[in-house]
Amino acid sequence: MKPLLSLLFAMVSSVVLAQDVAPDVLVKRITAEVIDIIKQDKDIQAGNSKKIADLVEKRILPHFSFARMTQIALAVNWRRATPEQKKQLTEEFKTLLVRTYSNALALYRDQRIDFKPLHMRPDDVDVTVKSEVRQRGKQPVTLHYDMEKTAHGWKVYDVKVGGVSLITNYREDFAGQVRESGIDGLIKSLVSKNRAARSDKS
Amino acid sequence: MIFSSAIKRLCATAVLGWALSGCATTGGANPEDPLQPINRAIFGFNDSFDEFLLKPVAEAYRAALPEPVRAGVTNFFSNIEDVWIGANNLLQGKPEQALQDMLRVVINTIFGIGGVLDVAYDEGLDKHNEDFGQTLGRWGIGSGPYLVLPFFGPSTLRDGVARLGVDNAVDPVWTIDRVSTRNSLYTVRAVNTRAGLLDAARVMEQAALDKYRFVRDAYLQRRRSLIYDGDPPSEPKAKRAAAPDETTVRQPPDFGRDDMRNAATERPANETANLCFEASALFVYPGTGAADDAAVASGAISIR
Repeated sequence: MKPLLSLLFAMVSSVVLAQDVAPDVLVKRITAEVIDIIKQDKDIQAGNSKKIADLVEKRILPHFSFARMTQIALAVNWRRATPEQKKQLTEEFKTLLVRTYSNALALYRDQRIDFKPLHMRPDDVDVTVKSEVRQRGKQPVTLHYDMEKTAHGWKVYDVKVGGVSLITNYREDFAGQVRESGIDGLIKSLVSKNRAARSDKS
Repeated sequence: MIFSSAIKRLCATAVLGWALSGCATTGGANPEDPLQPINRAIFGFNDSFDEFLLKPVAEAYRAALPEPVRAGVTNFFSNIEDVWIGANNLLQGKPEQALQDMLRVVINTIFGIGGVLDVAYDEGLDKHNEDFGQTLGRWGIGSGPYLVLPFFGPSTLRDGVARLGVDNAVDPVWTIDRVSTRNSLYTVRAVNTRAGLLDAARVMEQAALDKYRFVRDAYLQRRRSLIYDGDPPSEPKAKRAAAPDETTVRQPPDFGRDDMRNAATERPANETANLCFEASALFVYPGTGAADDAAVASGAISIR
């Protein structure tokens, strides 16, 4: 009885742990993992885009909230979109972001990433994890992750590089596209952008 | 003396420009970019110039020289630049940073073979990013309208005036008397800078739907961040974090600048003011290459 109980307890607590990892601990861990993999993998260093995409897909994607990112990027237009349009937008935007992230990750060399202490209250559901990328000969660049607490743990919904918010930038870009050619026009340009990038790669 | 009166004139110009931009705004869709048609034309020109001349040359340069050599070239110019960066830190009332900049110059010049190596980095002395446009922003001067400068790329009225009028004037390369030497150094610097941005530019090209808008907004966000040294007063986070699904219809499309003409009037003057530079470093997540002159990556070309 006793071993069973403790086993049960161990199971429960590990589930709790997975969902309760503090946001800064989570980001630190993923960063360390990903950098480790890049450092050991000669193919990735040589720019093997399939392997990089794989790395992003497996290690990074699960910690991003794409639905939320798409909503924020679409701003008011999100409410105007039909469910089918919303689905397409989220899917295409995800593809775009994954590619962008993979492309950027492929440029990783020997930068050092320092994390700033995170001050959060226990009941916070929205925090910013701040880090700084250091490299010889360059000024450090801030790298901030906006994260929200969800039922499945903390998820990133925006990344700010050097003060430039990814989502804010797309917000402008998307708003312009919608103004010019409607939501369907935006979907169309996302699709063709993604298609062009795919053929560019091969 | 001459210098200080020049600064006064510049400030006056910038202030006037900002005021004017307030009046001119009404016609354009984006309050920060009332000159969009002209800007787009110049952006296109820069893009072609880059595509047909600067970029191919930069690619050849990168292919011809090994990485350590190119890093040495970057460091050499960066070391010269640190003097002016220090001066700007001083003008902004940050003597500690200014001292660090001076130490960098001394250490790198003496122990880094005339600045070719960044040995100060090992002493924990980070490079800073300052210029006169940021100093003016720090002093509370508005950015004025967004401007795309021929060859120099994304800018604003304030930053353009500061860059062409002040940063350039104190640029040691500019003060070299022999024209041929000066031009060679300019060319090497521009090509080297562009070469450092080849990868970043590719990331940006694959990320943007409309390159013009993308570069503009990245630049404006970046400059605002730089003026506050990476720690700008936080945006109304609750507002932006609110999921658009919520039925708070009255919520303005906070960041959809194109959509909201009245936003400029809501924003405090110095905030509208504080926008500027650097496009592509954006996505270059860890590989943030030359975050510095990243304006280039837009295909806007930054010749410094």
